Amino acid sequence: MIQAIAFYLFALVVLLSGAMTISSRNPVHSVLWLILAFFNAAGLMVLVGAEFIAMLLVIVYVGAVAVLFLFVVMMLDIDFAELRAGFVRYFGIGLVLAVALVAEILIGVGAWSAGGIDLARRAAPTDHVVPNIVQIGNLLYTRYLFIFEGAGLVLLVAMIGAIVLTHRERSGSRYQNIARQNARRPQDATRNVRPEIGQGVQL
Amino acid sequence: MNAAMSGGVGLVHYLVVAAILFTMGVLGIFLNRKNIIVILMAIELILLAVNINLVAFSAALQDLVGQVFAMFVLTVAAGEAAIGLAILVIFFRGRGSISVDDPSRMKG
Repeated sequence: MIQAIAFYLFALVVLLSGAMTISSRNPVHSVLWLILAFFNAAGLMVLVGAEFIAMLLVIVYVGAVAVLFLFVVMMLDIDFAELRAGFVRYFGIGLVLAVALVAEILIGVGAWSAGGIDLARRAAPTDHVVPNIVQIGNLLYTRYLFIFEGAGLVLLVAMIGAIVLTHRERSGSRYQNIARQNARRPQDATRNVRPEIGQGVQL
Repeated sequence: MNAAMSGGVGLVHYLVVAAILFTMGVLGIFLNRKNIIVILMAIELILLAVNINLVAFSAALQDLVGQVFAMFVLTVAAGEAAIGLAILVIFFRGRGSISVDDPSRMKG
């Protein structure tokens, strides 16, 4: 019973916040609704026992990606009213297409749950004794090791790409010249002087 | 269905939620055709729906591969968001606007 209540609560909030994400007037509000959607999707995933993915969603998605969105939305000074110009114009056709799409998906789900499609045997059966994260770790570092490394490479390429794209040389900023620093010797940088008393030193 | 999906809530419930969320993402791309930031957020919604599907099937079929692949989807989505926002930032720097109609003027 409590599971059903939790499911319907999470599902309702994730759908509502998804709707608000795409229809919000202010993109900052959109990002905040997106964060709420991610939190509730994480709740849905906890309900089916996928704790690791749920934590990943909260930590990586809400903590990194959504905050990145928030940074960019706030950093760019944009007239958002102008960007909403086509909203009403495309609302009708968009809604028709969306209803058609969701009807097709639901018909597909209905056809699938009515049976007839034979799914392959289980590739990695779950174990109810071992914790979820241990099982995922065992799978990730053995059978899916190369795909895991590939995912790491994707992130590396994304990181380097983002840095290369957004990096720019600013004129007038003073960078540290490490080679010049290392080449500097004490005899070039200092000298001994014997100043007269009361005369001060000439630098 | 297994014990993790009890209380009258089955796989189909999750699939319906994911389907509606996916459609909302597609609708968001349609409605906010000029605003790239909201389009990127709509893509995030679509990928979230895909992840819900993967995890729901993983729980229903008692097969962990779905969760592993949900993690890879998450990885690719994070990379896509980072690159997309970086492109957005340099585009805004060059043109002072992020209207989707403007990129057609980009040359080589």
